[in-house]
Amino acid sequence: MVKILSSLSLSRPDFATIAAWIRPGSKVLDLGCGDGTLLQYLQETLGVHGYGVEIDDANVLACLNNGINVIQSDLESGLSGFESDSFDYVILSQTLQAMKNTENIIQEMLRAGKEGIVTFPNFGYWKNRLQVLLGHMPVSQTLPYEWFDTPNIHLCTLGDFEQFCHQHEVHILERRVMSGNRQITLAPNLFGMLAFYRFTRR
Amino acid sequence: MHDSDSIGIVTPQRVCFDTPLSLESGAILDNYEQVYETYGELNATGSNAVLICHALSGNHHVAGVYADNPKNVGWWNNMIGPGKPIDTRKFFVIGVNNIGGCHGSTGPASINKKTDKHYGADFPMVTTIDWAETYVRLAEKLGIEQFAAVVGGSLGGMSVMQLALHAPERIRHAIVIAAAAKLTAQNIAFNDVARQAIITDPDFHGGDYYSHGTLPRRGLRLARMLGHITYLSNDSMAEKFGRELRTGSLSFNFDVEFQIESYLRYQGDKFADQFDANTYLLMTKALDYFDPARDYDDNLSAAFHCAKANFLVLSFSSDWRFSPERSRSIVKALLDNKLNVSYAEIHTRHGHDSFLMKDEHYHQLVRAYMNKIII
Repeated sequence: MVKILSSLSLSRPDFATIAAWIRPGSKVLDLGCGDGTLLQYLQETLGVHGYGVEIDDANVLACLNNGINVIQSDLESGLSGFESDSFDYVILSQTLQAMKNTENIIQEMLRAGKEGIVTFPNFGYWKNRLQVLLGHMPVSQTLPYEWFDTPNIHLCTLGDFEQFCHQHEVHILERRVMSGNRQITLAPNLFGMLAFYRFTRR
Repeated sequence: MHDSDSIGIVTPQRVCFDTPLSLESGAILDNYEQVYETYGELNATGSNAVLICHALSGNHHVAGVYADNPKNVGWWNNMIGPGKPIDTRKFFVIGVNNIGGCHGSTGPASINKKTDKHYGADFPMVTTIDWAETYVRLAEKLGIEQFAAVVGGSLGGMSVMQLALHAPERIRHAIVIAAAAKLTAQNIAFNDVARQAIITDPDFHGGDYYSHGTLPRRGLRLARMLGHITYLSNDSMAEKFGRELRTGSLSFNFDVEFQIESYLRYQGDKFADQFDANTYLLMTKALDYFDPARDYDDNLSAAFHCAKANFLVLSFSSDWRFSPERSRSIVKALLDNKLNVSYAEIHTRHGHDSFLMKDEHYHQLVRAYMNKIII
């Protein structure tokens, strides 16, 4: 198992980045948890107690097969099933850009949890900009969809998200920007593919 | 029916309990018999036992067939057996008939040893709490300290929850399907119409119809017809029967004209021949009384404070009698107590009865969950 996990931390650098922000043994809610591999990773490396929230039938089944707690629910309708302040961290990993009700989900994350963690593909990444400049919607590793079949409806750049936080009383605690498994510090809004934020209520 | 995965021929067993059972109502059952069936082998440490709790009209015959009646297939045979979602190669599965029932466990139709007559109206009210205690006693008798899992749908799901509250140490995993933390007023209303149909049948004789040599068949039949409507969805009824006529044309009388009438009457008749009316009354009351939050100012989360089990809660989208919303309130209470819980809402068209049907996704979910149980 340890071997599988260490290879997972290599193949999914985003998991390791999130894990680095989470205290061992804490309570975690993973929104849009997919097949549950992130939560499984956090459970096995940090001993967190957590639940995933997922809407898709196949993913819910995969979560059970992965042995994690999963609650089938539509994030668009909020997190009313979860008490206020009942989690240390509420994670929204690569799902923000597909949500209709962006403002509501961020507020709900900070209601149910003490801290929120979001990750999203940076639309400001230079290759995305280049493709738009050349006259096309970007298709890339982090944005693997064509314009007509994409679930992503609320794409943003690092700058956009930070402005959003400022306007919505969200206090950013930490930011990390990655390109593959490299951390980007120089002109992250241009060179970063994936953005990670940890935030709390202001 | 050919079923290569079936457990095959099974034999019911019977155990007598002579220690008086104090019931929630205050009454005492001096002694009682419990019938059950088992499938698979109990392992050396007794860690692989799975108890199946039945719903209103169910019993201990959960899987397999009887040697003398190969057509009598257990009511959850599609779920339980070798290689099935509840795999009898891994688990030792126990089907039990609740007391108050009419399939062998002591109930109103049994002979009261004190009077040498049928209990009839004298049989005390039994509740899910009383059943939970009988499950504990049965576990002790079978050498099971803790059930690996307890599984049930509808009233069976309520029995599972009750056991998790009554004897938290006795249950490691609880699978609660198509259930609710308490009945709604509408649900109690349906139950009361069913009861009134039975009680007002002239053949009921205040519940002592055994000594009158009668059976309140008309009442029981109506009760079942009403119940049956609520177990199906409008869509599934429309799909199955629509407004189809039996003869193809209207006959302008009160005989059976529409196929749905034919179906319901058939179901009602069949049930009235097999089931005991007093048991039906008791089971519906057990449903009405189930309300673990009652002693906690209607705070279900407080009621679940003592629970320790891991939970899988399942609901069905078309189930309007025990709707997904009701299951979500159970999940909320479990989450509030930071218990391990998973919840899925299964898309089906078959209403409350979905929990008995073979739906691939539903069975995959149960299979996945059961596979992960460590024995």
